Amino acid sequence: MSISACPACSAAPLAIEIAAKSAVAGDIILSLPSIHCAGCIGTVERALMAVNGVTEARVNLSRKRVTIAATGIAPEQFIETLEAVGYEAHILDAPMMASVDTDSEGRKLLLRIAVAGFAMMNVMLFSVAVWSGAAEATQKMFHWLSALIAVPALAFSAQVFFRHAWQSLRVGSLNMDVPISLAIILAAGLSVYETSVGGESVYFDAALSLTFFLLVGRYLDHRTRIAARSAAQELSALASPNAVLLVDGAQRTVPVTTLNVGDLIRVHVGMRVPVDGAVTHGGSDMDRSFLTGESLPVHVSLGDQIAAGEVNLTGPLTLRVTAVGEDTTLARMAALVETAEGARNKYTALADRAAQIYAPAVHLLAFVTFIGWFVLSRDAALALNIAISVLIITCPCALGLAVPAVMTTATGRLFRRGLLVKNGTALERLSQIDTVVFDKTGTLTEGHARIDTAAMDQTTLALLAALARASNHPVSKAIAAALPTLNSANITDVTEHAGQGIAANWQGQSVRLGSGKWLGCSQSPALKIGDAPAIPLHFSETLRIGAIEAIAALKSAGIPVHIFSGDTTEAVDTLAAKLDVTSAHAQMLPADKMARIKQLSDDGAKVLMIGDGLNDTGALAQAYASISPASALDASRAASDIVLLSRSLAEIPDAIRTAKSARLRVLENFGIAAAYNLVAVPVAILGFASPLSAAIAMSASSITVLVNALRVK
Amino acid sequence: MNVLIILIPVSLVLAGLGLVAFLWTLKSKQYDDLDGDAWRILGEDDAINDQQDPK
Repeated sequence: MSISACPACSAAPLAIEIAAKSAVAGDIILSLPSIHCAGCIGTVERALMAVNGVTEARVNLSRKRVTIAATGIAPEQFIETLEAVGYEAHILDAPMMASVDTDSEGRKLLLRIAVAGFAMMNVMLFSVAVWSGAAEATQKMFHWLSALIAVPALAFSAQVFFRHAWQSLRVGSLNMDVPISLAIILAAGLSVYETSVGGESVYFDAALSLTFFLLVGRYLDHRTRIAARSAAQELSALASPNAVLLVDGAQRTVPVTTLNVGDLIRVHVGMRVPVDGAVTHGGSDMDRSFLTGESLPVHVSLGDQIAAGEVNLTGPLTLRVTAVGEDTTLARMAALVETAEGARNKYTALADRAAQIYAPAVHLLAFVTFIGWFVLSRDAALALNIAISVLIITCPCALGLAVPAVMTTATGRLFRRGLLVKNGTALERLSQIDTVVFDKTGTLTEGHARIDTAAMDQTTLALLAALARASNHPVSKAIAAALPTLNSANITDVTEHAGQGIAANWQGQSVRLGSGKWLGCSQSPALKIGDAPAIPLHFSETLRIGAIEAIAALKSAGIPVHIFSGDTTEAVDTLAAKLDVTSAHAQMLPADKMARIKQLSDDGAKVLMIGDGLNDTGALAQAYASISPASALDASRAASDIVLLSRSLAEIPDAIRTAKSARLRVLENFGIAAAYNLVAVPVAILGFASPLSAAIAMSASSITVLVNALRVK
Repeated sequence: MNVLIILIPVSLVLAGLGLVAFLWTLKSKQYDDLDGDAWRILGEDDAINDQQDPK
């Protein structure tokens, strides 16, 4: 490395070089919600570079993420590496993350902003000379120079508006881009004409500053929109493409689409069930968390119904197909989610609603001005000149910035607190919510159930640990995972009883761990030592950090809180009592959750749903606004507006407050824009508007709106 | 006013240079991590970046 006086200077070109290479397809991108300083960057990058096979690791502190270039290493391994050095990491949807990194549209917008800004500054320099008294030949030369710079710059920079306006006009509607395009084209056209005849009202600077400020607004707006993916598609992706068909005892792999009701299929261990069916042979434990939200597996045996999407955990099963294609539980759920998503996408953003009123009003005003002046003066050129100046003055410069500036400030503020806003209208909707619904497992609690060991003595615990470790059953694994530091007791003759539990010999006594039915206990699972009565094992869940504070804050703000859970009544009631929530509903199926939220909405409530499971996907899509933790499944994250990157729930009431504050600022900005127009429009209509007053009104209103946006709390 | 013949091209060229410089910074992704770069210059060890250096 060349010797340089300042280490930063010599490092900077390298850093740029590395950054430029970032985000190649195949790179792993992890979200790191807790990084905040130079030390964090160093620790994370060093830890990752130390992993064999990593060629590059680059932290982006602004976006709180790290891009890793590595071959043949699973992202999960990096998460472990980072957790070992004390940083929480998540995998987020790669396309969603990459959309900002490889954002070619955003780059193009920046390029247009740069060109517009460059041209604006130069033309303004000439304009100042003209305003301060340049006359005759000098004035004419300056006008021609301005035209020379402004016309090509506008043709390049304002293309965005022209294209959108044309798209909107072709389908016979008016959007904000129509008056914008019209004002830019007319201002440029009028100015070129005035220049050629040696006139005075030349609006090149106004046209350029208009383009510049509006492009800034457009860019900010673009950045708050992250390519959204459909939750319904994510759900459908869970369906397996192939199934193992049993024909006369022989197994054949066939596409799911060729299955018929009544066929026999085989589901091996670890496979996702492709269609709905009833068990005709075998027994197993199924992971049906997507349907019920229950984290513990459920035992199934002969005759039980199994839904598509469940995962077979422990034993091979033979199923008789009861529903295929569109009729499976999974497909029906995806259809419900799709309907709910469609309804939400119909939400009209404040800015669009403003545009719907604004665009026709402006055109009407300009038209009336033209008619009025033509009738009074009988001079078409003069009338046209004044009508165009009305269009230029009223052009929605501040209006175009009003929403994006506020949203950028608010999403930036929320991001620093660990909330990633995914949807452009999410904050607007969040600001209006008046009811909050929480899911239980994985949202209010940490997700993994832990065995409650408070009432057990050392010997019992040691036995429990020994039995749990001897078995591969998912429930045993969960128990063993909760007792990692315990020494296990010395047991012999371990035998597994399928579907019932595990038995062993300990100091001459028989010890058993298994289902309640098998051990003569009212609860499952239970532990039985010798002839003593079986001990029921209680699972307790750890509350997520900030859950109590979040609920208390919501309640003190007068927002009713509900808990909708697929878990058992007992588990839900215990938790509800702990959190002091009176409205807690247990044993809800995904469709129940959706139906309840729909009912609440029909009663006039605007519901914020916070959930993480596949079983919440429908409810998340149905609700007015939704939040899911970063640990949630892909489909749930896709269905929600905001992803909670940090572990704590305590930020949620703050997020609502920020959203409310943002909405207030947006409305204020509309007010400011309207106030400027109230002053400027009469002046323009009366024919007193000059290029100078247009430039001042435009810049002043835009800057006021931007400054006001910074007041978001 | 003859001085304008020199001054105007000068101002245009200078501003054009500014534009080109901005486009270069944009292309080399220098605006991707403003917070991170602000902290990175304070880092005592550039060992992380040195690994990329051929010497």
